[in-house]
Amino acid sequence: MTAQTQRRSAALNVLLISVLVVWMAMAAFPFLWTLWGSFKVEGDFFSKADWFNALKGPLTLEETGSVFTGAGYHGAWIKEAFGLAAINTVIVCIFVVTISLTFGTLGGYALSRSTYRYTFWFLIIALIFRAMPPITLVSGYLPVFFKWNMWGNLSTAIVVLVAINQPFTLWMLHSFFKNIPKDLDESAMVDGCNRFQAFRHVIVPVMWPGVITTGLFSFLLAYNDFAVTAMILSQENQTMVPKIASFLGTTQTKGNVMFAVAAVVSVTAPLFVMIMFFQRQIVSGLTAGAVKG
Amino acid sequence: MKHKTFFWFVLPSSLAMLLFIFVPIVSVLVQSVYVDHAQVIKEVENCGPFGCTTTTAVDQEATQALQQASPLGRFAGLDTYLDRSHLAIDEVAAAWNRSTGIGDFFDKLVNLPFYKAMSFTLAYTFIVTPLVIIVGFIIAVAVNSATRKIRGPLIFFSLLPMMVTPLVGSLIIFWMVDARGVVGAALQYLAGDPDLSVKASTPLTWVMLMVYGVWHSAPFAFIVYYAGLQTVNNDTLESAMIDGASRWEQIRYVVIPHLLPLTTFIALMQLMDNFRVFEPIVSFSASAHATSLSWAIYNDLGGETRQLSSAAATSVLTILGIAILLTPVLIRTWRDFSRK
Amino acid sequence: MLLRKLIIATSLALSANAAHAGCGVAEGRVNIVGNEFPAIHTVVKAAQTCADENVSVTANLTADHQKINLAGLQGNPAEYTSAIIANSSIVALINADVIRPLDDLIEKYGQDIPKSNLITVDGKVMAVAFMANAQHLVYRKDVLEEIGVEPPRTYEELLEAARMIREKGIMDNPVGGAYQSGWNLATEFVNMYIGTGGEFYKPGTAEVSINNDKGIAALEMMKSLTEYMNPDFLTHDSNATNAEVEAGNVALMNMWGSRVGVLMDDEGAEEVVYSNVAVDGPLTVAGGTVPATTLWWDGWTVAKNISDEDAEATFVAMMAGTSPDILNDETMAQAVWMIDGYEPAPVNKGVFAAIQAQSRPYPMLPYMGLLHTALGDNLSDYLQGKESAEEALADIEATYTTSAREKGFLN
Repeated sequence: MTAQTQRRSAALNVLLISVLVVWMAMAAFPFLWTLWGSFKVEGDFFSKADWFNALKGPLTLEETGSVFTGAGYHGAWIKEAFGLAAINTVIVCIFVVTISLTFGTLGGYALSRSTYRYTFWFLIIALIFRAMPPITLVSGYLPVFFKWNMWGNLSTAIVVLVAINQPFTLWMLHSFFKNIPKDLDESAMVDGCNRFQAFRHVIVPVMWPGVITTGLFSFLLAYNDFAVTAMILSQENQTMVPKIASFLGTTQTKGNVMFAVAAVVSVTAPLFVMIMFFQRQIVSGLTAGAVKG
Repeated sequence: MKHKTFFWFVLPSSLAMLLFIFVPIVSVLVQSVYVDHAQVIKEVENCGPFGCTTTTAVDQEATQALQQASPLGRFAGLDTYLDRSHLAIDEVAAAWNRSTGIGDFFDKLVNLPFYKAMSFTLAYTFIVTPLVIIVGFIIAVAVNSATRKIRGPLIFFSLLPMMVTPLVGSLIIFWMVDARGVVGAALQYLAGDPDLSVKASTPLTWVMLMVYGVWHSAPFAFIVYYAGLQTVNNDTLESAMIDGASRWEQIRYVVIPHLLPLTTFIALMQLMDNFRVFEPIVSFSASAHATSLSWAIYNDLGGETRQLSSAAATSVLTILGIAILLTPVLIRTWRDFSRK
Repeated sequence: MLLRKLIIATSLALSANAAHAGCGVAEGRVNIVGNEFPAIHTVVKAAQTCADENVSVTANLTADHQKINLAGLQGNPAEYTSAIIANSSIVALINADVIRPLDDLIEKYGQDIPKSNLITVDGKVMAVAFMANAQHLVYRKDVLEEIGVEPPRTYEELLEAARMIREKGIMDNPVGGAYQSGWNLATEFVNMYIGTGGEFYKPGTAEVSINNDKGIAALEMMKSLTEYMNPDFLTHDSNATNAEVEAGNVALMNMWGSRVGVLMDDEGAEEVVYSNVAVDGPLTVAGGTVPATTLWWDGWTVAKNISDEDAEATFVAMMAGTSPDILNDETMAQAVWMIDGYEPAPVNKGVFAAIQAQSRPYPMLPYMGLLHTALGDNLSDYLQGKESAEEALADIEATYTTSAREKGFLN
């Protein structure tokens, strides 16, 4: 690619740079605006009088004595114990990612290696399963979960999220495994391994890029899910997103909205570290994987 | 691979999907062909802090007897599917007979809740899906041309719209597009109309929802395409260059065909997700201007009296809708599969 | 500000400890589901003081409570032993027969509960109310003084005042209201229709009858009001409407009593706004005598599918949660409490005026929820000028009839 970079005309460079600048502004501006606003009071950040207030912060100055305030962060993390929700989210994410990937790699591998027609129908049915609106699914779970005393636990939420996420995981991993040459595991089987041993010793070592990419999407699903977690977790087991929703509420209590804003800003920082860490893997994973569809 | 080995490999994920998706789908199907048993109403006197009133209540004993006789309720067949809140067969026929022209018929049609939801759902799906694909592709090409050093942060910021929880993301954006918000004020300035309000106008609300949809989903297409671009065969590109292909021709004849399978994957996921559009309608309180099938389900389940059969019927219709929508893509996949 | 809240919280915890001994329940399980209003948090916090090694008191207060309370009460034993509900939402629980009559428990433990707080349906006590709410007039004193009119008593006077405010150039859109499409908008219609003297159903049946002169009059009044509102009114819930008031854009509105407290405190607005917000009783419309508003109560219930032990523990804990002990400087302003020792603050004048003016309670009918949903879905087309009032009302009736058939109320 470097060879082409040098040959790019000036006009093209300008075009590419302006695309980047416009997109960065669109993608990052709301977040940067939020970052700035999280240090203001609600009356300024959500001012209906003049949006300029969010920049200058006259009410912040009047109510707190300074143009910046950490009240949102203090409220979310100390008063409302947002840390507890963060721990719950970490638990949910770790388990959802691990279990979906375990199930998904096994299933995805089998789907990529079997040549029978039923694998196609298996994938299609999985896709149709994904079409079911989550709200309907959750309202169907509720009576059963309450009846069997499963409602409210983190483990229930984890199992549901894994199940809902399976179709996507299977599709993605299936296409990834298709790109790993069949010769690899088949030669291992000629050497006397059974199918599982071949998978364990030959495929597992080379599958990480694809698994990490799929894992990132599973992670984002578990991390950002609201439809499931809001309805089936009890208050002490709440994860971050329902907790943020409870800061907002239907009838907002003064200042609580800023707890939500501060909470959102503070949970984005670990994501930054994560993306920086995984960006190479994301790319290499998808490269090998979904390209063949 | 042997059938038996295949079975054991797919067992865990099949079991998870069977229990938590298939069983609910079956119960939703059953629910949708039944309606509640008749409620026996009696007059009662209710008293409370604001005095007593004579009103009506459900006669529990009489109703319970009916309920025990048929626990699922009354069998209704396809009645729920055909009633006014869903396919509205009678109302559509009446509108057809009484309308003065095709425009008038269409007006009458979108006054019915299902068709109102459908008109926005389809418009949203068919406008947002291609835009997500195009915008994602353009960003991927642009990011890919940037210096390696700054690509990390570029990727992070590009993924932000997908990562920030829509709950708060949409709250902030909703405030920004308010007539006195920063984006709303900018739009008023650009349009030269100080009374312009995005939230008050149906077309502008549709545009806002669609722009939000593209903004929120473009990162997904971007990251998939960006990865795809890493594998474009440099030899092919170089030989194309030697043959005198312009940069556009390189993209047209080398890069795009290479990314086509990825496009199928993105289109499949995006068609499905966009057809189920729901969150922005609620977060932007846009239901006066735009509704969707998922919103209709939410509305049925969220009221003080929950309408389970109606929600079940809409869910089944959603699945059918997606199945129809995906058919072309699936036929393609089937051909690919058979060829192998 | 923060320090003060902290001190109050500590003193609350202390007084709660003192009350602990008085709970008087040996053992049991208490689990409460309800909405997340601050006042309900106060009640639950007080109920939780009954917890000890033998009694567990947990709660789930969420905006989604209505989606989970029915399922949560249906199991056996039920997950929740108590649901906190309002007069609109209790009917869903009564319809499904998941809450128990409280007469025996009241005889045993509840002699102190004021009789007027008992919600009886067909002679059986089904819930105990602890707070009241209503929508009523909220206005800006300074703005009305500037145009030289008294606070309006009817919607017609309100429109006249709004016209004068606009003409004098004080505010562009002086009227506010929670007209968000859906539940809020439907509530406003219910208020207005009651104000015109209309009846929602043919007497004694589930057959809706709102497509009449009174329904049209109510819709026309709502439309006239929206002409003085911010053009985004269909997206404004009570939060957004309050934000408009705090920004100084609104001078007249019909607003929940429970939401006025935040307008009068010194946060979020300039001094000229918060010191001039005032309340008055609800308005009448079209020469009617019944105020165009509805009275609401919030109360607690006890689940049916639980052991007698748990039911007793729940009853006693909820009584402790709504006992006079919970009232202090901070909680006093959270709601119009129906608890002995409650001293109404100026902010609550509106709700009391609504009760005194013989406003009607929100109808506690098994099929009212379906009509409410139908109203919320279909009114916005009329307010946007997409269809006539008659067409909108016909759509509402058709939507309601469809859903009432499905639920078995109509055949």
